[in-house]
Amino acid sequence: MHGLINRSIQCFLRDTYGVANWSAIARAAGLGFDNFEPLLLYDTALTEAVIDAAARHLQRPRETVLEDLGTYLVSHPNLEALRRLLRFGGVSFQDFLHSMEDLPEHGRLGLPDLEVPSFTLLDQGEGRFLLHVSKLIDGVGHVAVGLLRAMADDYGALVVLDHAGVEASCEVVAVHLLDHTYAKGRRFELAMPEA
Amino acid sequence: MPGAALNQAALSRMMPMHVGLDAVGKITTMGPTLAKLIEGPLPLGVGLLKVFAVRRPAGISSMDDLRARAGSTLHVDLRGKGDTFRGLAMPTGDGGMLLNLSFGIRLIEAVRHHALTDADFAATDMAVEMLYLVEVKQAVMTELRRLNLSLLGAKATAEEQALTDTLTGLRNRRALEVSLPALIGQGVAFGLMHIDLDYFKQVNDTLGHAAGDEVLREVAKALVVETRASDMVARVGGDEFVVLLPGLSDPARLNQIARRIIDRLTQPIDFEGTDCRISASIGLTISTLYDPPEAERMLSDADAALYASKRAGRAQAQFYQSTGGNFLSA
Repeated sequence: MHGLINRSIQCFLRDTYGVANWSAIARAAGLGFDNFEPLLLYDTALTEAVIDAAARHLQRPRETVLEDLGTYLVSHPNLEALRRLLRFGGVSFQDFLHSMEDLPEHGRLGLPDLEVPSFTLLDQGEGRFLLHVSKLIDGVGHVAVGLLRAMADDYGALVVLDHAGVEASCEVVAVHLLDHTYAKGRRFELAMPEA
Repeated sequence: MPGAALNQAALSRMMPMHVGLDAVGKITTMGPTLAKLIEGPLPLGVGLLKVFAVRRPAGISSMDDLRARAGSTLHVDLRGKGDTFRGLAMPTGDGGMLLNLSFGIRLIEAVRHHALTDADFAATDMAVEMLYLVEVKQAVMTELRRLNLSLLGAKATAEEQALTDTLTGLRNRRALEVSLPALIGQGVAFGLMHIDLDYFKQVNDTLGHAAGDEVLREVAKALVVETRASDMVARVGGDEFVVLLPGLSDPARLNQIARRIIDRLTQPIDFEGTDCRISASIGLTISTLYDPPEAERMLSDADAALYASKRAGRAQAQFYQSTGGNFLSA
C-alpha cells in the first residue's frame, strides 16, 4: 500500500485521537516505527494491522473508524490540498460523483505508483446512484461513505448514503442525491491560495 | 464541403476566448472569458490591433498582415494590461477572421489574477487538468522536501554518532583517524598528546565497571576543561586518550597543559562515596619535528614517549625526541 494512504491513516488517528493514542496503535500494530513516509511503499498487511489495532485500541467498530477516516480526508484543515484536488472533479456534487471514476487516473497523474480503489458509478435515475468501490482494503466502502458525506457538505448538497453490502470484489455504496443546492457549500477557487 | 456555421452563443461556449473580426479588422464579437479580462465596455467596432498587439510574428500591423499569417501561432498582448496569450487566426466565410486565444503557459497567473472558474473554460480545454497537475506537483514536492529534510537530519545524527564515543561523549578513534590527516593537510603546526590513565585497572578490578565508567566520564570532563575549544579530545581505547592541539607547537606551553591535566587527574574522583585514585602518563609530540608530518608516525612516536613516561614512574609527561634514543623529560 502506498505510503501516502498509510500516512493519511496515521494523520487521521494522530489528529483525531492525539499523539499518545497513535503511538499506542502503532505499537499494537507492530509497526516498529512511528511515521509512515508518504512517498515509500509498504506491505498492505501493515495497513490492515493499523486499522485493526485502531479499532481495538479505540474500542470502536472498524466500520466507524473507516467512515471517520473518509470524512477526515476531506474536512480536516491539514488535508486542504486533498480537498482541493477532489474539488477539481467538478462544479457540482453530481459532477464530482461521476469524476470518482477518474480518481485512479487523477491520482496516477501525480504519483504513478499510487494504488487507489477503482470506482464504478451506476446512475439509477431520480438522483439515485450505486457506487461500486474495488476492495483495496476490507471496509473500503465505509471510507467512501465518509468521504462522500464530507464532499456533499463541501458542495452544499443533501444526500443520503448507505453502505449497501459487498458484491464480488466490490463494496457498494448507495447514494441518494435529494437536493444538490441544499446549503451553501464551501468556496472553491480554481487558483491555489497563495502561500 | 460546406463550412460549419455557429451562432454567437455556440461560438462562446466552444471558444470562450475568441475574437470575431470583420473584413477590415474591426471586432464584431468577443468570447465571455476574454470579455471578463477587458473590465469595462466591450470594444466592439474597434480595430483589433487597437485592443491587442501581436508581438510575434513581428510586423503585423494591419488586417492584411494578419490574413497573410493565417494559421500561424500568434503571441498576442492585451494592450494596457499584463495579459499575454497564444492565438490562432483563421479566415471566415464573410471575409473576416476568427481569432481564438488561450493563456498558454501563463494560465496559473491568469486564473489567480482574474479569479477564473471552471465555467470560464471550454469543456474540451485542458486548463483545469493543468491547474490540477500543478497542485499535485506542489503537494508531492512539499512531501519530498519534508522527507529530504528528515533524512538529512538523520544522516547528520548518524554521522555525529559514528564519530562520538558513547560513554564519554568525546570523539572516538574513527574521528581521530579523520581529523589527524586533515589537520596535517592544513599545514598548521600542532601538538599531539597521547594520554594513558595510571591505576585505572585497579579501579575497575576493585570497585567494578560502574566505577570505571564514572572515572572515564570524569576524566573526559577534565580533559575538555583543560584544553581549548578548538582542540580535539578523543578516547581511542579503554583508558587511552589523544588530544590534538592545532596551532600549539611550543613545548613549554604543551608541557604546561600536560602538567595541568596530570595534576587534575591525580585528584581523587568520588564514586558513590569512595575515592577512586588514578593519575595519568602522557607522551607528547609536535608536528614541526617532522618533514612532512605523518599521522601513523606521530601517533607511534607519542605512544613511545608515553611508555617512556610510564617507565619513568608514571604521572608525568615526556616529549618524543627526534634525535637519539633518549626522551626529554618534560
